[in-house]
This record gives sequence, C-alpha cells and structure tokens, in this order.
Amino acid sequence: MGGTNGSGNRRTVEKQYRELMEYCQVHLDQIEETLPEPRESFQEGLAARGISRREFVKWTSFITGVLMLPPMFRPMVARAAENFNRLPVIWLNFAECTGCSEAFLRSSYPNVDDILLDTISLEYHETLMAASGKQAEENFKKAMTDFEGQYILVFEGAIPEGMDGKYLRIGSEGKTSKEIGTEAASKAAAVICIGSCSSFGNVQAAKPNPTDAKGIRESLGIRTINIAGCPPNPVNFVGTVLHFLMFGALPPTDSLGRPLFAYGKRIHDYCERRSHYDAGEYVEEWGDAGAKRGWCLYKMGCKGPYTYANCGKVRYNDGTSWPIMGGHGCMGCYEPGFWDTMAPLEKPISDQAIGVEGVESKVNTVFATLAGLTVAGVAAHAAASAIKRHGPEEETKKKAEKK
Amino acid sequence: MAQKVIIDPITRIEGHLRIEVELEGNTVKDAWSTITLWRGIETILKGRDPRDAGLMTQRFCGVCTYSHYEAAILAVEDAFGVKPPTNARIVRNLINASLYITDHIMHFYHLHGLDWVDVVSALGADPRKAEDMARAYCNNPYNASASHYKAVQERLKKFVESGRLGPFANGYWGSPSYKLPAEANLVIVSHYLDALAVSKVGGQMMAIFGGKNPHPQTLVAGGITSVMDTMDAYRIGEYLYRLRDLKNFIDTAYIPDVLLAATYYKDEGLAGIGGGVKNYLSYGGINLDDDYTTTFFPGGVIKDRDLANVGKLDETKITEDVTHSWYQDTEPLQPYDGKTDPDYTDYDENGHVKGDGKYSWCKAPRYDGLPYEVGPLARFIVGYAKGDQKIKDLVDATLKAAGLPVTVLFSTLGRTAARALETKLIADNTEAWINELVANIKSGDTRTWTRCDVPDESEGRGMKEAPRGSLGHWVRIKDKVIENYQAVVPSTWNCSPRDKTGVRGPYEESLIGTRLANVDQPLEIIRTIHSFDPCMACAVHIIDPRSNEIKKYKVL
Repeated sequence: MGGTNGSGNRRTVEKQYRELMEYCQVHLDQIEETLPEPRESFQEGLAARGISRREFVKWTSFITGVLMLPPMFRPMVARAAENFNRLPVIWLNFAECTGCSEAFLRSSYPNVDDILLDTISLEYHETLMAASGKQAEENFKKAMTDFEGQYILVFEGAIPEGMDGKYLRIGSEGKTSKEIGTEAASKAAAVICIGSCSSFGNVQAAKPNPTDAKGIRESLGIRTINIAGCPPNPVNFVGTVLHFLMFGALPPTDSLGRPLFAYGKRIHDYCERRSHYDAGEYVEEWGDAGAKRGWCLYKMGCKGPYTYANCGKVRYNDGTSWPIMGGHGCMGCYEPGFWDTMAPLEKPISDQAIGVEGVESKVNTVFATLAGLTVAGVAAHAAASAIKRHGPEEETKKKAEKK
Repeated sequence: MAQKVIIDPITRIEGHLRIEVELEGNTVKDAWSTITLWRGIETILKGRDPRDAGLMTQRFCGVCTYSHYEAAILAVEDAFGVKPPTNARIVRNLINASLYITDHIMHFYHLHGLDWVDVVSALGADPRKAEDMARAYCNNPYNASASHYKAVQERLKKFVESGRLGPFANGYWGSPSYKLPAEANLVIVSHYLDALAVSKVGGQMMAIFGGKNPHPQTLVAGGITSVMDTMDAYRIGEYLYRLRDLKNFIDTAYIPDVLLAATYYKDEGLAGIGGGVKNYLSYGGINLDDDYTTTFFPGGVIKDRDLANVGKLDETKITEDVTHSWYQDTEPLQPYDGKTDPDYTDYDENGHVKGDGKYSWCKAPRYDGLPYEVGPLARFIVGYAKGDQKIKDLVDATLKAAGLPVTVLFSTLGRTAARALETKLIADNTEAWINELVANIKSGDTRTWTRCDVPDESEGRGMKEAPRGSLGHWVRIKDKVIENYQAVVPSTWNCSPRDKTGVRGPYEESLIGTRLANVDQPLEIIRTIHSFDPCMACAVHIIDPRSNEIKKYKVL
C-alpha cells in the first residue's frame, strides 16, 4: 500500500467510488423489482437461525474486504445479501469429483454464508435435489424456461470432448455434456465456473488428457467467471454472486476469467510464512526443526510464488486452516494446468528447471531463480489484467488496486 | 407385459449413474447399472513422481477425498519400504475419523434421507406430538422442542407456498411408499437442516490436521506435514470439542432418527427388500498399531450369508471382468496381459443400454469369481461373524432395543442402519485415539516423518476400508516414476455390471423383486441404490485384478 499518489488522485478515487455506489443503488432497486419474490425474509431467516445483527454486520465487513471494496460499500453488501436467495441457480455437474459442491455446502463465515447457501434458490443441482430421472429432467427444463435470461448457471466439471463427447452422457436421451452445457448457457444471465475442472479442465485434462477434457470457456467458447481452485474457497463464490447482485455484472477478472478480488495477488503475497522466506529460513525435509518452527516451504515444493489466490487471507473451513498452515505448501491448484506445470509437487520449480532429480538448489540460487520467475509472473499478470473487461466498476477498481 | 424404464440421472449421489430396469407390472424383473462418465486418471498418473499420486488420486472423488489420498500414500510407502511414525499414523486416523463421521451423516440426511422422509407430509405434523415422538427414541433429542419444530414447519411452508421448492421440487411426495407419520417426517426433516451446519463442523475437524476440507493436503509419503498443529494442545482441543459436538448429534439425532425410521420400515427390512448379492467383503482398515497388525475394522470374506464361516481374504482371488464394460475384451481372467482400451458401443437405437453387450464404464470386480458387496454393512457383517466385540455388542444391543432379528440387516434398511451404527462406533472410539496421540507426544516422541526416497524400481499396494467400502490402490515404479497405477474402489464392487457368466452386480441384484407403488416414480429403486452410497467418480477406474503383483497392464 504505497501512498505515492497525491491527494488529488485520492479525491478522484473517492468520487469514482461514490458514483459506483449510486450505480449500485440503482441496480439493486432494479433487481428488487425484477427478481422472483423471496421465499422468506432474509432478516427473519437470520433471526430464526440465531444470527445477531452484530454478527451479520461483521460478516458484511468481511465480505466487503474479500471483494476489495472500501468499507462504505458494507450496506450495499448487506442489501445484496438480502436478495441472494432470489437469484435462480442451475448447477450442472460434468467431469468432476463433486468436491466443489462439498466445499460449497460447508461454507460459512461466520454462518451467514450458510444461510445464503441453504436458502439459495437452487433450481437444479444433481447432488442435492430430491427428484431423479424423468422428474429431474423436467426440473431442468422448467428452470430454463421459467427463469430464462435470469438464472445463474454454475458449471462444476470439465467437458470431455473426445469420442464426440460420449465419455459423459446424462439423461434418458443420453445427451453429451457439451450439448447440455450449450443449451443451458444460451439462456443464462451469467455463467460461473466453480473449480478448476470447469475453469481450465483440471485433473482429467492433465497430460495426456485421454478424454480431451476442456474447461467450459474453451469448450463452449463463451465468457465465464472462473472461480478456480481444487476445490476453490466457497467465500469467493459467494463474493462473486454478491458482486453480480450489487453491480449487475460479474466482477472484473484477469485474462483467465478469475475475479481479481480473489485472484489478484499471489499466495506468496499473503503468506503467513513469508518472513521466513525473506530471512532464508526453509524447511529442508518433512518434519525437521524448520517444520516444527513453521519455516518457509519453498524448498518442499510450495508453489505459492506462482499462484494467484487468496487462500492465506480467507483460509478454509471457517478460517480453520489452509495448506501452508498445515505445513505442506501450495500445489498451485488455482492455476491452469497445475498438475503439469507445477509437478513434481514436492519439488521447487527451480529444480524442475535444473532437471536433476534430487539436487537441492542452494538458497541463493533459489533466490535468483525465484526472483526471475516471480517478476515474470507479476508482469504477465499485470498485462493480463490490463486486457480484461470494461464496466464502470472496473476502471475504479483498477485505480483502487494501484493504490 | 415387460416395460423398460430408464432412470438417468440418478441424483443425490456423487457422479453420473443410470439405472435401467425391466418391469413386469410394478415389479422389477431385471436391472442394469451404468456409469456414464469416464475420466481416465490412472493413465494420467503414468510417468509422474510417485509422491504426487496421493494428491492426484484424491481427485478421483471430492466426497471420499481423504480415502484415496491415504490409500495412495499407503501404496507408495509400501513401495518405498517405509511406515510412518506413531504420531503420523494417529493423526491420519483422526483425519479419517472426521471423514467417516461427516460423510455418513451427510449421506443419511442429504443424499439418502429424502428416500425415507416425505418433506411435504411434515407440514401437516403436530409439533407437540413430534416432540413426544422424538423423546420416545432419545432421552434428550437434538434440537427437539415443539416451538423449534413449528419454526421449521413455517420455513418449509414458505418454500412450498412460494411454489418454488428448489431442491425439493418434483420429489415423490405423497407416494404410498413413504411410511412415516407426519410427525416423524418433521423430526427428521428438522435434522436435515441441522445436519447442514453439523457437517461443517466435521469439515473443520478435518481441516485442523488436514489443512482443509474437502481435499486435505497434509499427507506425504513417510508421514504428515501438519507438525505444528499436531504438537499444539490448542489444536488438539479444537478437534476434541468438535468431535464431542458431532458425537452428540450422532447420539441424539442420527441414531434415534434411524431407529424411528426402522420402526415404520421394518417390514421391508424383514422381507429382505434390497438384499442383493449375499456375499460380503472387507479388507479391514484403520491401523491401530505401527506395524499394521491390528485394524479397527476386521477383514474377511462371507459367502452366501454364511455367518458361521468367515473366509480369510486372499488378494490373489480378486479379478476383473470386462465382458459388459466399455473396454476391449481380453481374456477376462487374465487381465495382467490384457489391454484395457475403451471400446464404447453406445446405447441401442431406442436409447436403452445394450444389456446383452457392453453397457457401463464400470468394470466387474469379482472375488473368487463372485460379486461381493462392500461398505458399512459388509464391514459389520464380517465383524459380527468374526465376533469382534465392539461391533457385536453394538449390533446386538440395537437389535434387541428394536426387537428385530439379525437377518433384518440383509436389506436396504439394514445397509442404512449399519452405516449409522458405524458412525457411532467411530465417534465413540476417536477420543481414545486423541488420548493415544497426547500420550505419545508426552512421552517425548515428536517424530512426524520417516525419511524415504523414491526407489528406482519397486511396487506397492495400499488396502484399506473407506467409508463406502474396501479400497485398494496399486502402484508400480520404474526409473523413479509411476509406470502403472490402479485402484479398485468400493463403488466399483457395488456398481459392477454383469460378468461373463451373466451374474449381476450388487446394485443390479438388489433391485430384483422390488415393487414400485407407481411406475412413474422410481422412489423404491433410488432408495435401494442410495443405501449403497454410490460414488461414481471413484468407481470408474481401471481395476487391478489379482493383487500384490502388477504386471504389464496397459490402461488407456
């Protein structure tokens, strides 16, 4: 947070934020007119589940922070949350492991997400819905018709394109995932890819990609918001939907479709072990003295320096832990192709470049290599961010980020 | 006249499953179980560092997560010739316990519950009577008061009145196959909602030592990485108190709810509906000592429900068969030499599976040539027959309280009840493992990792019991990378299609004779299928045949 800009600049930023607030208010007015009526009042829902006003305020502050918005937006977040359960959602599971759904079901911070998610207007979700077979297929068609142009379409899983897509067929007519996805996407208000499978193909697309699996964006050629991660932090999903409700547009993203609020900085930037990296204090083997003291995991293959994600900031399972806290290091699961580009997972990338199995680089060599890679990574990210989409909020946000 | 019915997608499971049945009148005469997705992860594992196998195979499944992680690490450790130190073994058991507990609770309420419980009927319940009913099954039932039940009812009412039932839309509400009175429906539905919050606590338990949930990230070949959490009294306490919360839920909601349901569905249990193949298998699992000589779940083989004769597991009798699977035929019993290239033969011209030919991405594992059921019921039957005291005591006490004979277990209801009892068994014993960890650290042992390196050439296997049943991973290493990798997964056993002799797999067999109240509503079918807790993403894997030696085995 360098304060290099003058106060004039700050005033401009504040003005832009005020304009953005107004835009947001108008949009929320509109949304409240057009979306289906809520099943239950959000305030009643909070009360019924024992969430105090204070806890709710705390939650809105947290989410405002996650979205990288200034505190003045807190009331907007609160208002958007009240409309959360009115947004129809169709959730499709393709080539995946359902870990993202599991993550989604276990989200909360502190307990408000839980309410949003258990009251979410989930029109179709195979893992949760009561109906099977014919009745499930009817629900799918009905949701697409009733909420045409209004629903959020969530993809969990990749599309296997090999063998004319027949590595995955769903429903009595045996449609391929590509056919189903194409139809559902054509009528959606917005498309969110949850997890690295739908974002980038992930594990089934790792070399040699036997089923020619692809992420949704690549397979269907449509614009998607990619909540990458294996699985991603559900907080980022909630943040994205709230952003949609507040601004009527999906949040600004990098060139890979990942929302900047969550994927704008590297694991390394947030890392709680960063001071040990700076001090050159490394875990040299699992369970050693450094491991007991919580030293840097770079030499154990941590890919934090190359991974854009807010894991260290929001952690997982209500802030219980995250892989680096668990002493393992990051495997880069928020990045495309990580199974190939970050492997072997327990080796630093610098070793991979050297190409000699078992050769541990000297600390200063690591530093040199790492510095080079990091700079390259940052430059690529900056360039990518510059190409991204428009929208009034984006300009403002870019400015805010520079600050 | 026979009528063929397709049920696709089977929902409330992990993954993509199609069931086709042939009905005569309202009764299932024949059934075919088809997995409709293939991902090919074993192929992808080839040429990779064996130490990456754990994290990668964990992505077989986001529901079983830790199961594959640990199986892969066990296989790789076996190949490396190492075992983890005591602390690591115990911490792994603690992570495993959090998985079992959370997974089973979530299965009963969120995946399986709506097969037993009519949500809409709960609207008509008398909250006060519901409270009385809950108290009849438990002295201090979970979140049970007339006012709470009333609030739940109000919430549901808004759902129904809005006309937008979300996940409850178009369910089989009102079907005569729902047997519970309105009050019982209300009690269990209210726990359906409570269980959403409870399963989050289970996720936190896993994250304490696992780094996150699902897909923890703290196991490595030779040990664990969550050293600071393991050595931290506060973290151990965080785990312990969450465990007690879950244990409370199990004792005051899960178990009483299953007993309550059993009261009204016992006739179906006694009639053996959903019984299946009559053969049960358990590899044995959860290592209780550092040499892996004692396991919490005993291993064994029971054929034709003969509880008097428990066979000892002989891994060389595990074979595969692809006669009805979408892979090229080789000599079915000689898979070592065979290729396993996909051979997709599509559906027939009417959109049905070709039941006489190939019809699933799942293979047919067989033990000594026969299909076997795996899972909590199999573990309990094997344990009961072997006279395992903790299993026998729990089963006998439960049956006595319910006034039911042991044969009631051989049914859909029995499968569901065994899973609930197993959850209690794990939760009741986990605290002892925490104490074991504390005592070991107190003794001065702070080791969490055994030094090891990748051998040039080796092979190993990891066999264990996952929540859904017997799980094995096999790895073969050459030039320090994976040359071959295979997994035989619980749902592969259960979901298996027919084999070359035409013998059906457990899902298929369990459906025969099931009577549908309404042929347009496959409620009775999905109830039985769900009782196995299907996990399709796991199941579609190239199955290793016999065992401890891995020969040439090309996987595509």
